[in-house]
Amino acid sequence: MTEKKIRIMVAKPGLDGHDRGARILARCFRDAGFEVIYTGCHQTPEQIAATAIQEDVDLVGLSCLSGAHRYLFPRVVELLKEQGADDIVVIGGGIIPDQDFQTLYDAGIKAIFTPGSPLDTIVRWVRTNIRPRVNL
Amino acid sequence: MTQKPEEPEEREQLQKIRAGDVRTASRLIRNLEDESPEARNAMKRIFPYTGRAHVVGITGSPGAGKSTLVDALIASFRKQRKGVGVLAVDPTSPFTGGAILGDRIRMQRHAEDPGVFVRSLATRGALGGLSKAVGDAVHVMDVMGKELILVETVGTGQQEVEIINHSHTVIVVLVPGMGDEIQAIKAGIMEIADIFVINKADRDGSHQLLNELMAMLNMVPEFPGGWRPPVIRIGNCFDPGPFAESLGELAAAINDHYRSLVETDLLGDRMKRKTMVEIHEALRDAILAPILKEMTESGEMEEIAGRLLRKETDPYTIAEEVARRRLK
Ligand SMILES: Nc1nc2c(ncn2[C@@H]2O[C@H](COP(=O)(O)OP(=O)(O)OP(=O)(O)O)[C@@H](O)[C@H]2O)c(=O)[nH]1
Ligand SMILES: [Mg+2]
Repeated sequence: MTEKKIRIMVAKPGLDGHDRGARILARCFRDAGFEVIYTGCHQTPEQIAATAIQEDVDLVGLSCLSGAHRYLFPRVVELLKEQGADDIVVIGGGIIPDQDFQTLYDAGIKAIFTPGSPLDTIVRWVRTNIRPRVNL
Repeated sequence: MTQKPEEPEEREQLQKIRAGDVRTASRLIRNLEDESPEARNAMKRIFPYTGRAHVVGITGSPGAGKSTLVDALIASFRKQRKGVGVLAVDPTSPFTGGAILGDRIRMQRHAEDPGVFVRSLATRGALGGLSKAVGDAVHVMDVMGKELILVETVGTGQQEVEIINHSHTVIVVLVPGMGDEIQAIKAGIMEIADIFVINKADRDGSHQLLNELMAMLNMVPEFPGGWRPPVIRIGNCFDPGPFAESLGELAAAINDHYRSLVETDLLGDRMKRKTMVEIHEALRDAILAPILKEMTESGEMEEIAGRLLRKETDPYTIAEEVARRRLK
Protein backbone atom coordinates (compact mmCIF):
# COMPACT_ATOMS: atom_id res chain seq x y z
CA MET A 1 0.00 0.00 0.00
CA THR A 2 1.34 3.39 -0.89
CA GLU A 3 1.38 6.25 1.56
CA LYS A 4 -1.58 8.56 1.98
CA LYS A 5 -0.93 11.67 -0.03
CA ILE A 6 -1.87 15.09 1.19
CA ARG A 7 -3.91 16.94 -1.43
CA ILE A 8 -4.05 20.71 -1.41
CA MET A 9 -5.93 23.19 -3.53
CA VAL A 10 -4.33 26.57 -4.14
CA ALA A 11 -6.85 29.13 -5.32
CA LYS A 12 -7.04 32.83 -5.95
CA PRO A 13 -10.45 34.29 -5.28
CA GLY A 14 -11.27 37.83 -6.26
CA LEU A 15 -10.41 40.14 -9.05
CA ASP A 16 -6.70 40.75 -8.90
CA GLY A 17 -4.76 38.87 -11.53
CA HIS A 18 -1.42 38.53 -9.80
CA ASP A 19 -0.93 34.87 -9.13
CA ARG A 20 2.84 34.84 -8.75
CA GLY A 21 2.59 34.25 -5.02
CA ALA A 22 0.05 31.49 -5.50
CA ARG A 23 2.23 29.82 -8.11
CA ILE A 24 5.26 29.94 -5.86
CA LEU A 25 3.23 28.38 -3.08
CA ALA A 26 1.94 25.66 -5.41
CA ARG A 27 5.46 24.77 -6.47
CA CYS A 28 6.65 24.79 -2.89
CA PHE A 29 3.89 22.36 -1.89
CA ARG A 30 4.77 20.11 -4.80
CA ASP A 31 8.40 20.10 -3.73
CA ALA A 32 7.25 19.11 -0.25
CA GLY A 33 5.66 16.02 -1.82
CA PHE A 34 2.03 17.15 -1.78
CA GLU A 35 -0.41 16.95 -4.65
CA VAL A 36 -1.52 20.45 -5.54
CA ILE A 37 -4.61 21.35 -7.51
CA TYR A 38 -4.03 24.75 -9.00
CA THR A 39 -7.00 26.63 -10.38
CA GLY A 40 -5.63 30.02 -11.32
CA CYS A 41 -7.05 33.50 -10.85
CA HIS A 42 -10.52 34.99 -10.59
CA GLN A 43 -12.21 32.13 -8.79
CA THR A 44 -15.51 32.72 -7.06
CA PRO A 45 -15.98 31.21 -3.58
CA GLU A 46 -18.63 28.96 -5.13
CA GLN A 47 -16.18 27.61 -7.70
CA ILE A 48 -13.55 27.10 -5.03
CA ALA A 49 -15.83 25.15 -2.71
CA ALA A 50 -17.17 22.97 -5.52
CA THR A 51 -13.66 22.25 -6.76
CA ALA A 52 -12.35 21.41 -3.29
CA ILE A 53 -15.10 18.81 -2.94
CA GLN A 54 -14.64 17.35 -6.43
CA GLU A 55 -10.92 17.04 -5.83
CA ASP A 56 -11.34 15.82 -2.26
CA VAL A 57 -8.54 17.99 -0.93
CA ASP A 58 -7.42 18.13 2.69
CA LEU A 59 -6.68 21.80 2.56
CA VAL A 60 -7.61 24.91 0.60
CA GLY A 61 -5.01 27.66 0.50
CA LEU A 62 -6.55 30.97 -0.54
CA SER A 63 -4.44 33.82 -1.75
CA CYS A 64 -5.83 37.29 -2.08
CA LEU A 65 -4.16 40.60 -2.77
CA SER A 66 -7.18 42.68 -3.61
CA GLY A 67 -8.32 43.38 -0.07
CA ALA A 68 -11.56 41.45 -0.45
CA HIS A 69 -10.38 38.66 1.83
CA ARG A 70 -12.74 39.73 4.62
CA TYR A 71 -15.67 38.63 2.52
CA LEU A 72 -14.12 35.98 0.27
CA PHE A 73 -12.29 33.78 2.79
CA PRO A 74 -15.19 33.33 5.25
CA ARG A 75 -17.54 32.72 2.33
CA VAL A 76 -15.48 29.71 1.21
CA VAL A 77 -15.59 28.27 4.74
CA GLU A 78 -19.33 28.83 4.85
CA LEU A 79 -19.96 27.15 1.50
CA LEU A 80 -17.89 24.11 2.44
CA LYS A 81 -19.86 23.80 5.64
CA GLU A 82 -23.17 24.08 3.80
CA GLN A 83 -22.10 21.19 1.58
CA GLY A 84 -21.09 18.98 4.48
CA ALA A 85 -17.40 19.42 3.83
CA ASP A 86 -16.30 21.38 6.86
CA ASP A 87 -13.49 18.88 7.45
CA ILE A 88 -11.65 20.60 4.61
CA VAL A 89 -9.27 23.03 6.27
CA VAL A 90 -9.05 26.56 4.87
CA ILE A 91 -6.00 28.78 5.27
CA GLY A 92 -5.36 32.23 3.84
CA GLY A 93 -2.49 34.25 2.52
CA GLY A 94 -1.74 37.49 0.77
CA ILE A 95 -1.82 41.06 1.86
CA ILE A 96 -3.84 40.87 5.04
CA PRO A 97 -3.64 43.58 7.69
CA ASP A 98 -3.02 42.46 11.27
CA GLN A 99 -6.33 43.81 12.49
CA ASP A 100 -8.20 41.37 10.20
CA PHE A 101 -6.57 38.23 11.57
CA GLN A 102 -8.97 37.68 14.47
CA THR A 103 -12.06 38.20 12.33
CA LEU A 104 -10.77 35.58 9.89
CA TYR A 105 -9.87 33.10 12.63
CA ASP A 106 -13.34 33.57 14.09
CA ALA A 107 -14.81 32.83 10.67
CA GLY A 108 -13.03 29.48 10.59
CA ILE A 109 -9.80 30.27 8.71
CA LYS A 110 -7.29 28.01 10.43
CA ALA A 111 -4.09 29.91 9.66
CA ILE A 112 -2.96 33.06 7.91
CA PHE A 113 0.34 33.57 6.15
CA THR A 114 1.49 36.93 4.85
CA PRO A 115 4.05 37.58 2.10
CA GLY A 116 6.79 37.64 4.75
CA SER A 117 6.08 34.10 5.96
CA PRO A 118 8.92 31.74 5.06
CA LEU A 119 7.71 28.94 2.80
CA ASP A 120 9.06 26.21 5.05
CA THR A 121 6.95 27.55 7.92
CA ILE A 122 3.86 27.01 5.78
CA VAL A 123 4.94 23.51 4.79
CA ARG A 124 5.66 22.65 8.42
CA TRP A 125 2.24 23.97 9.42
CA VAL A 126 0.62 21.70 6.83
CA ARG A 127 2.57 18.66 7.97
CA THR A 128 1.64 19.12 11.62
CA ASN A 129 -1.96 20.15 11.12
CA ILE A 130 -3.17 18.04 8.22
CA ARG A 131 -3.66 14.31 8.48
CA PRO A 132 -4.92 12.75 5.28
CA ARG A 133 -8.37 11.36 5.83
CA VAL A 134 -9.58 7.88 5.08
CA ASN A 135 -13.23 7.26 5.86
CA LEU A 136 -16.34 8.68 4.38
CA MET B 1 -18.54 -17.30 -3.67
CA THR B 2 -18.34 -16.54 0.00
CA GLN B 3 -18.24 -12.94 0.98
CA LYS B 4 -18.71 -11.37 4.33
CA PRO B 5 -22.12 -9.75 4.68
CA GLU B 6 -22.37 -6.13 3.71
CA GLU B 7 -22.08 -3.50 6.41
CA PRO B 8 -24.78 -0.81 6.36
CA GLU B 9 -22.21 1.92 5.69
CA GLU B 10 -20.88 -0.06 2.75
CA ARG B 11 -24.34 -0.27 1.27
CA GLU B 12 -24.79 3.42 1.91
CA GLN B 13 -21.56 4.23 0.10
CA LEU B 14 -22.72 2.32 -2.96
CA GLN B 15 -26.12 3.98 -2.86
CA LYS B 16 -24.63 7.44 -2.58
CA ILE B 17 -22.30 6.84 -5.48
CA ARG B 18 -25.13 5.47 -7.59
CA ALA B 19 -27.09 8.60 -6.73
CA GLY B 20 -24.18 10.68 -8.03
CA ASP B 21 -22.84 11.99 -4.70
CA VAL B 22 -19.59 13.75 -5.59
CA ARG B 23 -18.11 13.79 -2.13
CA THR B 24 -18.44 10.06 -1.57
CA ALA B 25 -17.21 9.30 -5.07
CA SER B 26 -14.21 11.57 -4.83
CA ARG B 27 -13.23 10.15 -1.46
CA LEU B 28 -13.41 6.66 -2.87
CA ILE B 29 -11.25 7.67 -5.82
CA ARG B 30 -8.77 9.09 -3.39
CA ASN B 31 -8.65 5.91 -1.34
CA LEU B 32 -8.16 4.00 -4.58
CA GLU B 33 -5.22 6.21 -5.42
CA ASP B 34 -3.81 5.47 -1.98
CA GLU B 35 -4.48 1.76 -2.62
CA SER B 36 -6.46 1.24 0.55
CA PRO B 37 -7.86 -2.29 0.99
CA GLU B 38 -11.32 -0.90 1.90
CA ALA B 39 -11.42 0.91 -1.42
CA ARG B 40 -10.57 -2.31 -3.22
CA ASN B 41 -13.49 -3.98 -1.46
CA ALA B 42 -15.78 -1.12 -2.43
CA MET B 43 -14.85 -1.75 -6.06
CA LYS B 44 -16.11 -5.32 -5.75
CA ARG B 45 -19.52 -3.95 -4.90
CA ILE B 46 -19.38 -1.29 -7.59
CA PHE B 47 -18.19 -3.42 -10.48
CA PRO B 48 -21.57 -5.05 -11.30
CA TYR B 49 -23.04 -1.63 -12.06
CA THR B 50 -20.31 -0.51 -14.46
CA GLY B 51 -20.26 -0.49 -18.23
CA ARG B 52 -22.73 2.15 -19.26
CA ALA B 53 -20.59 5.21 -19.88
CA HIS B 54 -18.89 6.15 -23.11
CA VAL B 55 -15.22 6.65 -22.22
CA VAL B 56 -13.26 9.01 -24.46
CA GLY B 57 -9.48 9.30 -24.15
CA ILE B 58 -7.68 12.45 -25.21
CA THR B 59 -3.97 12.33 -25.82
CA GLY B 60 -1.35 14.48 -27.51
CA SER B 61 1.85 16.33 -26.80
CA PRO B 62 2.28 18.81 -23.92
CA GLY B 63 0.47 22.06 -24.54
CA ALA B 64 -1.36 20.71 -27.59
CA GLY B 65 -4.56 22.15 -26.20
CA LYS B 66 -6.07 18.99 -24.69
CA SER B 67 -7.56 20.67 -21.63
CA THR B 68 -8.96 23.53 -23.68
CA LEU B 69 -10.59 20.95 -25.90
CA VAL B 70 -11.98 19.02 -22.93
CA ASP B 71 -13.48 22.25 -21.61
CA ALA B 72 -15.21 22.88 -24.92
CA LEU B 73 -16.39 19.28 -25.14
CA ILE B 74 -17.91 19.50 -21.68
CA ALA B 75 -19.93 22.51 -22.83
CA SER B 76 -20.97 20.74 -25.97
CA PHE B 77 -22.14 17.53 -24.25
CA ARG B 78 -23.87 19.45 -21.49
CA LYS B 79 -26.00 21.00 -24.22
CA GLN B 80 -27.01 17.46 -25.12
CA ARG B 81 -27.96 17.08 -21.43
CA LYS B 82 -25.41 14.37 -20.80
CA GLY B 83 -23.75 13.95 -17.41
CA VAL B 84 -20.00 14.42 -17.91
CA GLY B 85 -17.07 13.11 -15.90
CA VAL B 86 -13.50 14.22 -16.51
CA LEU B 87 -10.31 12.55 -15.33
CA ALA B 88 -7.33 14.78 -15.96
CA VAL B 89 -3.90 13.27 -15.42
CA ASP B 90 -0.76 15.29 -14.75
CA PRO B 91 2.71 14.00 -13.89
CA THR B 92 4.06 13.31 -10.41
CA SER B 93 7.54 14.67 -9.84
CA PRO B 94 9.88 11.69 -9.65
CA PHE B 95 12.10 13.65 -7.27
CA THR B 96 9.64 14.75 -4.61
CA GLY B 97 6.56 12.61 -5.17
CA GLY B 98 4.55 15.82 -5.33
CA ALA B 99 2.56 17.10 -8.29
CA ILE B 100 0.93 20.22 -9.63
CA LEU B 101 -2.36 19.33 -11.23
CA GLY B 102 -3.29 22.20 -13.49
CA ASP B 103 -5.47 20.80 -16.25
CA ARG B 104 -8.69 21.93 -14.67
CA ILE B 105 -7.72 25.60 -14.78
CA ARG B 106 -9.16 25.55 -18.30
CA MET B 107 -12.39 23.93 -17.15
CA GLN B 108 -13.30 26.05 -14.15
CA ARG B 109 -16.32 27.63 -15.80
CA HIS B 110 -18.03 24.25 -15.27
CA ALA B 111 -17.02 23.97 -11.61
CA GLU B 112 -20.48 24.74 -10.31
CA ASP B 113 -22.42 22.67 -12.81
CA PRO B 114 -23.73 19.68 -10.85
CA GLY B 115 -23.79 17.65 -14.07
CA VAL B 116 -20.01 17.88 -14.39
CA PHE B 117 -17.46 16.16 -12.17
CA VAL B 118 -13.81 16.94 -12.85
CA ARG B 119 -11.18 15.00 -10.94
CA SER B 120 -7.42 15.50 -11.30
CA LEU B 121 -5.10 12.54 -10.90
CA ALA B 122 -1.32 12.44 -10.51
CA THR B 123 0.58 9.67 -12.28
CA ARG B 124 2.32 8.55 -9.05
CA GLY B 125 5.02 6.76 -10.98
CA ALA B 126 2.77 4.96 -13.44
CA LEU B 127 4.10 4.82 -16.98
CA GLY B 128 2.01 5.29 -20.08
CA GLY B 129 0.61 8.74 -19.38
CA LEU B 130 -2.07 7.67 -16.93
CA SER B 131 -2.48 6.98 -13.24
CA LYS B 132 -2.88 3.46 -11.91
CA ALA B 133 -6.21 4.49 -10.41
CA VAL B 134 -7.64 5.69 -13.71
CA GLY B 135 -9.46 2.46 -14.55
CA ASP B 136 -11.18 2.35 -11.17
CA ALA B 137 -11.92 6.07 -11.24
CA VAL B 138 -13.65 5.55 -14.59
CA HIS B 139 -15.77 2.83 -12.98
CA VAL B 140 -16.74 5.14 -10.13
CA MET B 141 -17.83 7.93 -12.49
CA ASP B 142 -19.65 5.40 -14.63
CA VAL B 143 -21.65 4.15 -11.65
CA MET B 144 -22.40 7.74 -10.69
CA GLY B 145 -24.31 7.87 -13.94
CA LYS B 146 -21.92 9.96 -16.01
CA GLU B 147 -22.80 9.14 -19.61
CA LEU B 148 -19.63 10.57 -21.03
CA ILE B 149 -16.24 10.27 -19.35
CA LEU B 150 -13.33 12.23 -20.79
CA VAL B 151 -9.85 11.07 -19.83
CA GLU B 152 -6.99 13.49 -20.52
CA THR B 153 -3.56 11.87 -20.53
CA VAL B 154 -0.38 13.51 -19.29
CA GLY B 155 0.89 14.61 -22.66
CA THR B 156 4.45 13.49 -22.85
CA GLY B 157 3.78 12.56 -26.44
CA GLN B 158 5.54 9.27 -25.79
CA GLN B 159 4.29 5.86 -24.80
CA GLU B 160 0.78 7.03 -24.21
CA VAL B 161 -0.82 4.09 -25.87
CA GLU B 162 -2.03 2.94 -22.47
CA ILE B 163 -5.09 5.10 -23.03
CA ILE B 164 -6.56 2.56 -25.46
CA ASN B 165 -6.90 0.11 -22.59
CA HIS B 166 -9.24 2.46 -20.82
CA SER B 167 -11.35 4.11 -23.49
CA HIS B 168 -13.84 3.30 -26.20
CA THR B 169 -12.86 6.27 -28.33
CA VAL B 170 -9.36 7.74 -28.54
CA ILE B 171 -8.77 11.27 -29.76
CA VAL B 172 -5.22 12.14 -30.76
CA VAL B 173 -4.54 15.87 -30.75
CA LEU B 174 -1.82 17.15 -33.07
CA VAL B 175 -0.53 20.67 -33.54
CA PRO B 176 0.93 22.00 -36.79
CA GLY B 177 4.58 22.84 -37.00
CA MET B 178 5.73 20.92 -33.95
CA GLY B 179 7.01 17.86 -35.70
CA ASP B 180 4.17 16.20 -33.82
CA GLU B 181 3.31 13.73 -36.52
CA ILE B 182 6.82 12.26 -36.49
CA GLN B 183 6.79 12.01 -32.71
CA ALA B 184 3.36 10.47 -32.77
CA ILE B 185 4.33 7.88 -35.36
CA LYS B 186 7.37 6.93 -33.33
CA ALA B 187 5.32 6.54 -30.19
CA GLY B 188 2.80 4.35 -31.97
CA ILE B 189 0.13 6.92 -31.35
CA MET B 190 -1.15 7.03 -34.90
CA GLU B 191 -2.47 3.48 -34.68
CA ILE B 192 -4.55 4.18 -31.60
CA ALA B 193 -6.48 7.16 -32.93
CA ASP B 194 -10.19 6.84 -33.62
CA ILE B 195 -10.38 10.55 -34.28
CA PHE B 196 -7.59 12.95 -35.19
CA VAL B 197 -7.75 16.56 -34.16
CA ILE B 198 -5.52 19.15 -35.73
CA ASN B 199 -5.58 21.77 -33.04
CA LYS B 200 -4.64 25.42 -33.27
CA ALA B 201 -5.51 25.19 -36.95
CA ASP B 202 -5.06 28.96 -37.08
CA ARG B 203 -1.35 28.25 -37.26
CA ASP B 204 0.80 27.82 -40.35
CA GLY B 205 1.21 24.27 -41.49
CA SER B 206 -2.22 23.01 -40.56
CA HIS B 207 -3.09 22.22 -44.17
CA GLN B 208 0.16 20.41 -44.62
CA LEU B 209 -0.45 18.37 -41.50
CA LEU B 210 -3.94 17.57 -42.75
CA ASN B 211 -2.55 16.39 -46.09
CA GLU B 212 0.09 14.25 -44.44
CA LEU B 213 -2.48 12.60 -42.21
CA MET B 214 -4.80 11.98 -45.13
CA ALA B 215 -1.97 10.47 -47.15
CA MET B 216 -1.12 8.24 -44.24
CA LEU B 217 -4.70 7.12 -43.79
CA ASN B 218 -5.03 6.48 -47.53
CA MET B 219 -2.31 3.87 -47.23
CA VAL B 220 -4.27 1.82 -44.71
CA PRO B 221 -5.89 -1.03 -46.67
CA GLU B 222 -8.76 -1.66 -44.29
CA PHE B 223 -10.07 -0.15 -41.09
CA PRO B 224 -11.53 -2.29 -38.31
CA GLY B 225 -15.29 -2.08 -38.46
CA GLY B 226 -14.93 0.16 -41.51
CA TRP B 227 -14.26 3.19 -39.30
CA ARG B 228 -11.80 5.51 -41.00
CA PRO B 229 -10.60 7.99 -38.37
CA PRO B 230 -11.86 11.42 -39.33
CA VAL B 231 -9.39 14.30 -39.23
CA ILE B 232 -10.94 17.39 -37.71
CA ARG B 233 -9.31 20.78 -37.83
CA ILE B 234 -10.16 22.83 -34.78
CA GLY B 235 -9.89 26.57 -35.16
CA ASN B 236 -8.37 29.03 -32.76
CA CYS B 237 -10.05 28.72 -29.38
CA PHE B 238 -9.95 32.50 -29.04
CA ASP B 239 -12.06 32.86 -32.16
CA PRO B 240 -15.48 31.76 -30.83
CA GLY B 241 -17.47 31.34 -34.05
CA PRO B 242 -15.28 28.97 -36.06
CA PHE B 243 -14.13 27.24 -32.88
CA ALA B 244 -17.67 26.36 -31.88
CA GLU B 245 -18.39 25.11 -35.37
CA SER B 246 -15.38 22.79 -35.54
CA LEU B 247 -16.18 21.65 -32.05
CA GLY B 248 -19.67 20.64 -33.06
CA GLU B 249 -18.05 18.50 -35.73
CA LEU B 250 -15.81 16.85 -33.13
CA ALA B 251 -18.68 16.18 -30.74
CA ALA B 252 -20.64 14.62 -33.60
CA ALA B 253 -17.66 12.45 -34.54
CA ILE B 254 -17.42 11.22 -30.96
CA ASN B 255 -21.06 10.16 -30.97
CA ASP B 256 -20.72 8.64 -34.45
CA HIS B 257 -17.75 6.59 -33.37
CA TYR B 258 -19.61 5.17 -30.41
CA ARG B 259 -22.54 4.30 -32.60
CA SER B 260 -20.21 2.61 -35.05
CA LEU B 261 -18.66 0.56 -32.22
CA VAL B 262 -22.11 -0.58 -31.15
CA GLU B 263 -23.27 -1.38 -34.68
CA THR B 264 -20.18 -3.33 -35.68
CA ASP B 265 -19.95 -5.11 -32.35
CA LEU B 266 -16.47 -3.71 -31.85
CA LEU B 267 -17.67 -2.29 -28.56
CA GLY B 268 -17.56 -5.80 -27.14
CA ASP B 269 -13.93 -6.14 -28.27
CA ARG B 270 -12.94 -2.91 -26.61
CA MET B 271 -14.73 -3.82 -23.41
CA LYS B 272 -12.93 -7.14 -23.44
CA ARG B 273 -9.56 -5.48 -23.93
CA LYS B 274 -10.31 -3.22 -20.99
CA THR B 275 -11.35 -6.16 -18.85
CA MET B 276 -8.20 -8.10 -19.72
CA VAL B 277 -6.08 -5.20 -18.53
CA GLU B 278 -8.07 -5.08 -15.32
CA ILE B 279 -7.51 -8.75 -14.69
CA HIS B 280 -3.78 -8.32 -15.30
CA GLU B 281 -3.59 -5.43 -12.90
CA ALA B 282 -5.67 -7.14 -10.24
CA LEU B 283 -3.53 -10.28 -10.46
CA ARG B 284 -0.36 -8.25 -10.22
CA ASP B 285 -1.71 -6.53 -7.12
CA ALA B 286 -2.96 -9.74 -5.56
CA ILE B 287 -0.02 -12.04 -6.34
CA LEU B 288 3.13 -10.14 -7.21
CA ALA B 289 2.79 -7.11 -4.96
CA PRO B 290 2.61 -9.02 -1.65
CA ILE B 291 5.57 -11.21 -2.63
CA LEU B 292 7.68 -8.20 -3.52
CA LYS B 293 6.66 -6.46 -0.34
CA GLU B 294 7.57 -9.39 1.85
CA MET B 295 10.87 -9.99 0.09
CA THR B 296 11.76 -6.35 0.48
CA GLU B 297 10.77 -6.12 4.12
CA SER B 298 12.53 -9.33 5.12
CA GLY B 299 15.76 -8.11 3.53
CA GLU B 300 15.71 -11.00 1.05
CA MET B 301 15.69 -8.61 -1.87
CA GLU B 302 18.82 -6.89 -0.62
CA GLU B 303 20.53 -10.23 -0.19
CA ILE B 304 19.52 -11.34 -3.70
CA ALA B 305 20.84 -8.11 -5.16
CA GLY B 306 24.21 -8.83 -3.53
CA ARG B 307 24.31 -12.33 -4.98
CA LEU B 308 23.43 -11.00 -8.40
CA LEU B 309 26.14 -8.37 -8.27
CA ARG B 310 28.69 -11.02 -7.34
CA LYS B 311 27.37 -13.08 -10.28
CA GLU B 312 26.61 -15.99 -7.96
CA THR B 313 23.24 -16.38 -9.60
CA ASP B 314 21.05 -14.71 -12.24
CA PRO B 315 17.60 -13.04 -12.22
CA TYR B 316 16.00 -15.89 -14.17
CA THR B 317 17.03 -18.57 -11.67
CA ILE B 318 15.88 -16.34 -8.82
CA ALA B 319 12.49 -15.86 -10.44
CA GLU B 320 12.07 -19.61 -10.92
CA GLU B 321 13.04 -20.26 -7.31
CA VAL B 322 10.62 -17.67 -5.97
CA ALA B 323 7.84 -18.99 -8.16
CA ARG B 324 8.43 -22.56 -6.97
CA ARG B 325 8.53 -21.52 -3.33
CA ARG B 326 5.55 -19.15 -3.29
CA LEU B 327 3.13 -20.13 -5.98
CA LYS B 328 2.21 -23.68 -5.16
N1 LIG C 1 -3.45 29.66 -30.77
C1 LIG C 1 -4.14 28.77 -30.10
N2 LIG C 1 -3.79 28.48 -28.84
C2 LIG C 1 -4.48 27.53 -28.15
C3 LIG C 1 -5.57 26.83 -28.74
N3 LIG C 1 -6.04 25.93 -27.84
C4 LIG C 1 -5.28 26.06 -26.73
N4 LIG C 1 -4.34 27.03 -26.91
C5 LIG C 1 -3.35 27.48 -25.92
O1 LIG C 1 -2.37 26.46 -25.72
C6 LIG C 1 -1.94 26.45 -24.38
C7 LIG C 1 -2.05 25.07 -23.77
O2 LIG C 1 -3.41 24.69 -23.71
P1 LIG C 1 -3.93 23.48 -22.82
O3 LIG C 1 -5.35 23.27 -23.16
O4 LIG C 1 -3.58 23.66 -21.40
O5 LIG C 1 -3.02 22.31 -23.40
P2 LIG C 1 -2.82 20.82 -22.85
O6 LIG C 1 -2.56 19.95 -24.01
O7 LIG C 1 -3.94 20.45 -21.96
O8 LIG C 1 -1.51 20.99 -21.98
P3 LIG C 1 -0.87 19.95 -20.94
O9 LIG C 1 -1.99 19.32 -20.19
O10 LIG C 1 0.00 20.80 -20.11
O11 LIG C 1 -0.10 18.97 -21.78
C8 LIG C 1 -2.78 27.48 -23.64
O12 LIG C 1 -2.04 28.65 -23.49
C9 LIG C 1 -3.97 27.66 -24.54
O13 LIG C 1 -4.54 28.95 -24.40
C10 LIG C 1 -5.93 27.19 -30.10
O14 LIG C 1 -6.87 26.65 -30.66
N5 LIG C 1 -5.19 28.15 -30.73
MG1 LIG D 1 -3.89 19.77 -19.98
